[in-house]
Amino acid sequence: MRRLLYLLPFLLFIGVGVAFFLGFERDPRDIPSALIDKPAPTFDLPAIPGQMVQGQPAQGQPGAGLSSAKLAGDVTLVNVFASWCIPCKAEHPVITRLSREQGVTVYGINYKDKPEDALTWLSRNGNPYAAIGADQDGRVSIDWGVYGVPESYLIDRKGRIRFKHVGPLTPQVVEEQILPMVKHLRQG
Amino acid sequence: MIPELGHYALVLALFVALVQSVPPLVGAATRNGAWMNVAVPAAIAQMLLVLLSYAALTWAHVVSDFSVLNVVQNSHSAKPMLYKVSGVWGNHEGSMMLWIVMLTIFGAAVAVFGRNLPPTLKARVLAVQGLIGVGFLLFILITSNPFIRVIPAPIDGNDLNPLLQDPGLAFHPPFLYAGYVGFSMAFSFAVAALIEGRVDPAWARWVRPWTLAAWSTLTMGIAMGSWWAYYELGWGGWWYWDPVENASFMPWLAGTALLHSAIVVEKRDALKSWTILLAIVTFSLSLMGTFLVRSGILTSVHAFAVDPKRGIFILVLLAIATGGSLLLYSLRAPTLKAGGLFAPISREGALVLNNLLLSTATATVFIGTLYPLFLDIMKLGKVSVGAPFFNATFVPVAIPMVIAMVVGPYLSWKRADLGAALTRLWVAGVAVVAAVAVTAYVKAGSGPLLALVGIGLAAWAFVGSLVEFADRIALFRTSFRNSWNRAVHLPRSAWGMTIAHACVGLSILGMTGTSAWQTESITAMKPGDRASVAGYEFQFDSVGLVDGPNFKAERGTFTVTKDGQRVATLEPERRSYSTTRMTTTESAIHTTVFSDLYVALGDPTQNGTAWIVRIYHHPLVPWIWIGGVGMMLGGLVSLTDRRFRIGAPERRRTAGKTGGKSAPLPAE
Repeated sequence: MRRLLYLLPFLLFIGVGVAFFLGFERDPRDIPSALIDKPAPTFDLPAIPGQMVQGQPAQGQPGAGLSSAKLAGDVTLVNVFASWCIPCKAEHPVITRLSREQGVTVYGINYKDKPEDALTWLSRNGNPYAAIGADQDGRVSIDWGVYGVPESYLIDRKGRIRFKHVGPLTPQVVEEQILPMVKHLRQG
Repeated sequence: MIPELGHYALVLALFVALVQSVPPLVGAATRNGAWMNVAVPAAIAQMLLVLLSYAALTWAHVVSDFSVLNVVQNSHSAKPMLYKVSGVWGNHEGSMMLWIVMLTIFGAAVAVFGRNLPPTLKARVLAVQGLIGVGFLLFILITSNPFIRVIPAPIDGNDLNPLLQDPGLAFHPPFLYAGYVGFSMAFSFAVAALIEGRVDPAWARWVRPWTLAAWSTLTMGIAMGSWWAYYELGWGGWWYWDPVENASFMPWLAGTALLHSAIVVEKRDALKSWTILLAIVTFSLSLMGTFLVRSGILTSVHAFAVDPKRGIFILVLLAIATGGSLLLYSLRAPTLKAGGLFAPISREGALVLNNLLLSTATATVFIGTLYPLFLDIMKLGKVSVGAPFFNATFVPVAIPMVIAMVVGPYLSWKRADLGAALTRLWVAGVAVVAAVAVTAYVKAGSGPLLALVGIGLAAWAFVGSLVEFADRIALFRTSFRNSWNRAVHLPRSAWGMTIAHACVGLSILGMTGTSAWQTESITAMKPGDRASVAGYEFQFDSVGLVDGPNFKAERGTFTVTKDGQRVATLEPERRSYSTTRMTTTESAIHTTVFSDLYVALGDPTQNGTAWIVRIYHHPLVPWIWIGGVGMMLGGLVSLTDRRFRIGAPERRRTAGKTGGKSAPLPAE
């Protein structure tokens, strides 16, 4: 009995160690969105001022920006980005590949950015977005539950949010989570 | 070339560490003196090699060698020299280098100063220390090599996180690591003793100075970190119960317990297996702190670049070191001979109570820190545990701890008279009543009731500790000269204890003051605006632009007046670092011993004409850190005690008896 008492610290440690090990499989930053499986919020964002859409200045063109109406119909990815956000630059090649090679329509929400900075950033890094809405005061992003950029949302054909990723997209997340989900949603 | 030298020295250090571990362990088992003696030169050689390696890395940072990846990622040519040097440990790889530097310095110190240690114990201690070195050197070389080159070399670096470019933080990690790693000594001694199967007072006399040294530097490191958070983060808080703060606090609590239980082993040859367990737990908590910061398993403001491979590696190290030693403990500890008996009311009893309360406090912090992880693993949801939990659980444990802290030194060994001890504390009791009454009168019921408890505790700890000291030197009971003589001849450990215990009181005073009576104003202010906080008028005069070496700053000027008298001019800054594109707040603080006036310049409002200005009045807050520094000093004073220097039992009893015919002095 007394021996067992001396073994107790070791057994407790085994428990803690196993918990640590299991802890690797989860991400503390991975916070479930309350909006999963709910319709995406209704919004209507203008294009970035000064942006050219289909060879015309976006300003004055109706529907040049991004609105919830555009999200219905196909499975799409909505990506929240900003020119001042370093991780956004890191995920940019991944987004570009997703849009140009992997056939997923990607929409952008440009979060709290200066128009000229955003345009310079897009011309320098390329523009993979089918349409961009400029959320200069961050109101719409609040409705989406954004709490840090970059964030990405997968929207199904009925305009419901089905998946959310916080932080930069990596090729691994795209291969293992987004593409299978897109395939599944397109079939269903 | 020089980075390659450093890299090479590090690899060599790994092999030397192996030599430091394996032959001495075998030698100690087979009583082979020559094999055991290998540990001494190996420990010294390992230290020199690691120092060389560290110097090479520092050189790469100082000359901004951007062909080294670590320099590119964490330095910039325009960075001030101080931060080029401190930037070496301001990143994951470099901080692990600093860790191993500390480890080998401690190891070499045992090799050099441990001449009169029993040879087998010394060989085993150095061998265990060497094994820890092997683990960490492998970790650095395999997962976090700071000497990796980049080709082609970029023109300039990414700069160090601006929050870390601060004198307070520059020296926070070395102190913290000296503390963490210092506990490795206690760990090595504990494991060596388990292998030996023998723990005696001489063993405790050896463990205590290392623990004291580690505890003192850890205290300083934590105090510095808290001070930095206070003035740099711009919210005016000094402790956030963030997982990483907790990671440093847990070894501190366990280390404090160890410090006290080792006294019992030394003086009374009791609590042996408990002390061994504490030594293992304390170092394991240090390792766990390292693990938590680097694995990304918990969210924290401190999170280093997170890499699961590193996390797994440290977890394996933790499993080997902690799991292995606890298993050894379960096999060997039951065979340790129990020592002296004692009554519950006695000095030993008080120290046991201290240990129980400190362990409970450690467990509280442990549970609070890891609860979100446990819950998440069991898929029971996501939670975050914050200050309310810790305040509700930690404070109730801390209160009896502080009360007992003052009474304990009055109790004699083996069996004591609690009533008599309390009677001698009447002065402290009067002080408590007076302090609470004055506070209640002055503050007229503002602030929570707990604040009065805090003030009472602070007075109890501070006055009680001093009264005990006065009692010991028979102040006012004999001639002043006689008292002076007694004070001079008191062992340094008695001085150290009084200083440290009294300073706990000072820290409590600061914590209570700022928690209960802080006032603040957070408003948008334009130059010319005024704000009034705690009777002080803050006039926002102007904002100017300042150019720093690697940043640009907006510097606000505030004139502070009270009753028309000018008090201070405060110049908080809002710095923008060009390379990292981060802004930091440099708050401006006017300190008097009674309070801090604190101004932080926040973000400009949308149209750019006004700024969010945070103004705080923090009563008594400087005492938190004055107390912290005092506790460290207490530890250092105690460290100079004669018996630690020469490892001989003290000869103080005779000195005590010359003091006159007062009541028998409790042994310290």
